[in-house]
Amino acid sequence: MIPAAFEYYRPTDLSGVIAILQEHGDDARVMAGGHSLIPMMKLRMAEVPHLIDMQDVAGLTGITIGDTITIGAMTTQAEIIDHAGLAEAAPIMREAALQIADPQVRYMGTVGGNVANGDPGNDMPGLMQCLDAEFTLVGPDGERSVKARDFYEAAYMTDREDEEVLTAVSFAKPAGGYAYEKQKRKIGDYATAAAAVQLVKDGGTCASASIAMTNLSDTPIYSDAAGAALTGTSVDADAVKAAVAAMLGDIDPVEDNRGPVAFKRHVAGVILARAIERAWSRA
Amino acid sequence: MKDEVTSREDRIDALGGMGCKRKRVEDARFTQGKGNYVDDIKLDGMLAGDFVRSPYAHARVVSIDTSAALEVPGVLAVLTAADLEPLGLHWMPTLAGDKQMVLADGKVLFQGQEVAFVVAEDRFAAADGVEAVVVEYEELPVITDPFKSLESDVVLREDIAGEGDGVPDGAHGPRKHHNHIFTWEVGDKETTEQVIENAEVVAEEMLYYHRTHPCPLETCGCVASMDKVNGKLTLYGTFQAPHAIRTVVSLISGIEEHNIRVVSPDIGGGFGNKVGAYPGYVCSVVASIVTGKPVKWIEDRMENLMTTAFARDYWMKGKIAATKEGKITGLWCHTVADHGGFDACADPTKFPAGFMNVCTGSYDIPVAYLGVDGVYTNKAPGGVSYRCSFRVTEAVYFIERMIELLAIELNMDAAELRRINFIKKEQFPYKAALGWEYDSGDYHTAWDKALKAVDYEGLRAEQAQRVEDFKAGKTRSLMGIGLTFFTEIVGAGPVKNCDILGLGMFDSCEIRIHPTGSAIARLGTISQGQGHATTFAQILATEIGLPADSITIEEGDTDTAPYGLGTYGSRSTPVAGAATALAGRKIRAKAQMIAAYLLEVHDDDVEFDVDRFVVKGAPEKFKTMKEIAFAAYNQAIPGIEPGLEAVSYYDPPNMTYPFGAYVCVMDIDVDTGVTDIRRFYALDDCGTRINPMIIEGQVHGGLTEALAVALGQEIAYDEMGNVKTGTLMDFFLPTAWEVPNYETDHTVTPSPHHPIGAKGVGESPHVGGVPCFSNAVQDAFRAFGLRHTQMPHDHWRIWKTANELGLHD
Amino acid sequence: MSDKKHYKITVNGKAEDVIAEPRELLIYTLRERLNYTGPHIGCETSHCGACTVTIDGKSVKACTMFIAQADGKEITTIEGLGGPDDLHPLQMAFKEHHGLQCGYCTPGMITRATKLLEENPNPTEEEIRFGMAGNICRCTGYQNIVKSIQAAAAEMNAAKEAAE
Repeated sequence: MIPAAFEYYRPTDLSGVIAILQEHGDDARVMAGGHSLIPMMKLRMAEVPHLIDMQDVAGLTGITIGDTITIGAMTTQAEIIDHAGLAEAAPIMREAALQIADPQVRYMGTVGGNVANGDPGNDMPGLMQCLDAEFTLVGPDGERSVKARDFYEAAYMTDREDEEVLTAVSFAKPAGGYAYEKQKRKIGDYATAAAAVQLVKDGGTCASASIAMTNLSDTPIYSDAAGAALTGTSVDADAVKAAVAAMLGDIDPVEDNRGPVAFKRHVAGVILARAIERAWSRA
Repeated sequence: MKDEVTSREDRIDALGGMGCKRKRVEDARFTQGKGNYVDDIKLDGMLAGDFVRSPYAHARVVSIDTSAALEVPGVLAVLTAADLEPLGLHWMPTLAGDKQMVLADGKVLFQGQEVAFVVAEDRFAAADGVEAVVVEYEELPVITDPFKSLESDVVLREDIAGEGDGVPDGAHGPRKHHNHIFTWEVGDKETTEQVIENAEVVAEEMLYYHRTHPCPLETCGCVASMDKVNGKLTLYGTFQAPHAIRTVVSLISGIEEHNIRVVSPDIGGGFGNKVGAYPGYVCSVVASIVTGKPVKWIEDRMENLMTTAFARDYWMKGKIAATKEGKITGLWCHTVADHGGFDACADPTKFPAGFMNVCTGSYDIPVAYLGVDGVYTNKAPGGVSYRCSFRVTEAVYFIERMIELLAIELNMDAAELRRINFIKKEQFPYKAALGWEYDSGDYHTAWDKALKAVDYEGLRAEQAQRVEDFKAGKTRSLMGIGLTFFTEIVGAGPVKNCDILGLGMFDSCEIRIHPTGSAIARLGTISQGQGHATTFAQILATEIGLPADSITIEEGDTDTAPYGLGTYGSRSTPVAGAATALAGRKIRAKAQMIAAYLLEVHDDDVEFDVDRFVVKGAPEKFKTMKEIAFAAYNQAIPGIEPGLEAVSYYDPPNMTYPFGAYVCVMDIDVDTGVTDIRRFYALDDCGTRINPMIIEGQVHGGLTEALAVALGQEIAYDEMGNVKTGTLMDFFLPTAWEVPNYETDHTVTPSPHHPIGAKGVGESPHVGGVPCFSNAVQDAFRAFGLRHTQMPHDHWRIWKTANELGLHD
Repeated sequence: MSDKKHYKITVNGKAEDVIAEPRELLIYTLRERLNYTGPHIGCETSHCGACTVTIDGKSVKACTMFIAQADGKEITTIEGLGGPDDLHPLQMAFKEHHGLQCGYCTPGMITRATKLLEENPNPTEEEIRFGMAGNICRCTGYQNIVKSIQAAAAEMNAAKEAAE
């Protein structure tokens, strides 16, 4: 498996990156860890005449913890797993990152690559929607923010313009209980179904709920209705059932080697119910 | 004579012979990254070859335009069928008596089929050249279902369709249809059908053993180097049978066999994938002849999964009859075998469905019938034995499922049903209804030991409780107890009935003792991880009384190794292991004469004792083998030639029949289809045990490959003949995370006809493991009315089973 | 074909100059240009880990990194872990506990394990299985690999204690 030849760039600042993007348009691609893009290039399923390696671009790594948590786009999954402050402030990040790929891939795979690629199989997009994260995009006209819940349009299609770079993700420090539940066939596989859940408990009642799922449509699915079904309830069996029903109304899985649609819908419900139960138990 | 104080036990230990857990001599180089695999070979001026492959499963090749490819910098040549035709090399013979296109000759029959071969200065230029070749195809109707194939008007193999009505015979006799390959029948059909018709109880089912792939971590590849000055061709490659490859290359290329040297370097796992001859080998040889330079071809993983050597793909319709008490009275099986576009099965010539006729298993079944129909489809050719002797995995899966189905029909415990039908110890050698003569066995002892080890009664009680809890809504998890008692048939095989392409399936060993008492032994086999350099030296150490550490084992170079048929089908120990022991005994016979001369007694007055010959009744008078070796070279002995060498070609009188008892305990999440293997107990009886450490390692590995096959590993096609599982994202190879710890155990029932009583073990765990994992899944649902569900038992199929049983309501 | 470029990498402590196309995968640079044939090619899609090397302190699958990306980096392969006279405890443990069969996955497996033990000197069996899940072995069923890593960990910890 040999990729087609390409021009390689390793700029050191964002303006350099953007200049190359402006020059080559969609003939150019930025690459973070490369563990999604390089296999596609080797299989010649992705053609990238101009490859921009982001590794030397200053200011794109690091995790800042405060009322708002900001994670630089080039922060790796391994760094997320190892960051004690993040594990304390937003433990769902670590729980999810541990379920991505395998150790070697987690050393290379980045948050930015995972969210910006638009691959419906990636875990971070659904998680970001659950956390109501904002993505920072920098382009020729400066910086703008997009909500994760508004970012994904279709498989590999996002709100990012060809000349923009996703530089960071940020979200308010989550409150309450959390769970990232994922069913997959084996290590290294994408999810058959995965659910990200954050619940806030007030007394015995669910004060707020945020729920998103992965790999069950051509984009991640944040389900407002699923969250609403839990809010104000004691998260009893009926409420969970209602939340699942709401989510099943929002997803649109397709058949693949992981199984037919009916199976995926069933598992989506089971995984979501388990995630809610676990999150509630931690709330 | 200095070591008189050394005890006999110490002398035995010092040899590192049979039965000890000798550490592997191979490991020093492998752990330091100093193995020498085919892709590590680098020759001066070496070029790279790469294939243009068909994206279609069935299409006519209208045209091939290589001009743009030839313009790619670094590309030197592009071979097509038109270039090979004048040499008669555009087709090649398969191991099954069929022929296969080397490069597409007018049409393609499966996705990934080789269409053109690009030769370039390096692999990057070759890959660019492949992209630049323009092939025009005209799509043809695709057939991926063997049953439909037998009814289709579409002629897949026009080259053998004949003219007018009827189709010409194939390599295995008459063909019924243009997409039919052979019919093979054994046993007594009429009586079997009568028995079934009149039986008190019959279980009947269609069992599909899905298509999968051996997928060793190293793919197939070769380096061909034609030395035009000396007229010598050297072919390095991932060959499980280097001598057979040499003979085949000679027969198809016309190069005399003495001018061909085939070398199998270190091989990164084989599991059957590396038995066959592939177009890449032929093209590399031709390219080397054309360019005068060495040419390397290494397939990538996708090419490996899509094109070289699938396994299984058997539709097995079974009927098993019994009395109300559970005594089996007859077994019937008809199999439709999907062989893909060419019949490239690796089976002995007389056995087009391999040893599928060992499908009566471990049971005393008075009458049986097996019929197999081979069929062409638009899938890749192959049909190799993936970690098993020829089609034995299919046979064992068949009988071990049929016995479970019979247990359901009889409403009987499946362990008990097995017990009352086992062939009894005193019945061996046992002539089975489908022709084989089982050499030895003690099934009842092994079964009892296994069931006791796992507390079978306790497990069943726990399972019953689980079913109650499930029904009461207390749990959503079911518990399956998988049972298997398998009998393998390995060590092919007696030349009287086993050959491949006319080559008798003996094997060989040649030993040279050096004057200082060390030795080199060469064999016709080739290790792919089995540790031959370690274990064959152990056999010899025991046989000739020199330390295993002083014996080098060499395999894989046809210029130096004696002729043999290679390593697959667990044949190394049963065949080459026997040759090794017998060659060792020839050494010992001569050593005895030398010892007697040195000790000044008659030959009959000395006897072998561990590492020496001693004068009978006077053990203080002896000559060590080391002393004898020195004397053999350095002392003139009247009537005896100098030197100490021997060679043995061993034609086994029979196969060997390893057996085993496996139990798997599995929990199944009914809602997600996720399985959790809680316990796996494997008792293997491989006869005499040469190295328990290596046996245990083989069992762990074989069980893991079995787990993969049973629980998800498959080569799946869509209706257009596209391979859906072409990378390791979708083709299931378990990681450490998905694999349990295994408990191993053993009994020892030596083979009576094998010189050291060994039977072979490498494939047992795979053969026995697959039905055991499958039975565990199916057993979990037995209480809810499941009879049978097809493998692989991945999450969604298990979920579907539960769903169809109404367990999600 | 794009133009070849000049790259500098350090492999097992030795500075290497490489003239290559940027698209050359690091595994080819190591194996074919520099003759470090210990790391192998298994799946080419970053699933099997046979090509695992250590790059700037991370376990990396060298089939999924271009030489251009590796420019300036420090790389350790199995050849850099220990030779005939100074075997790494993991190399010894794999030999001792039958942690390999065909040997093809072994260099990547051991290289990965060095990093695992560096990060977690006392791993449980579960942690070993999880931490080694980026490396596929087709022969051993992993049981003896786990055992080998446990044994090496014990050996390394004992040696460390003795030194303190």
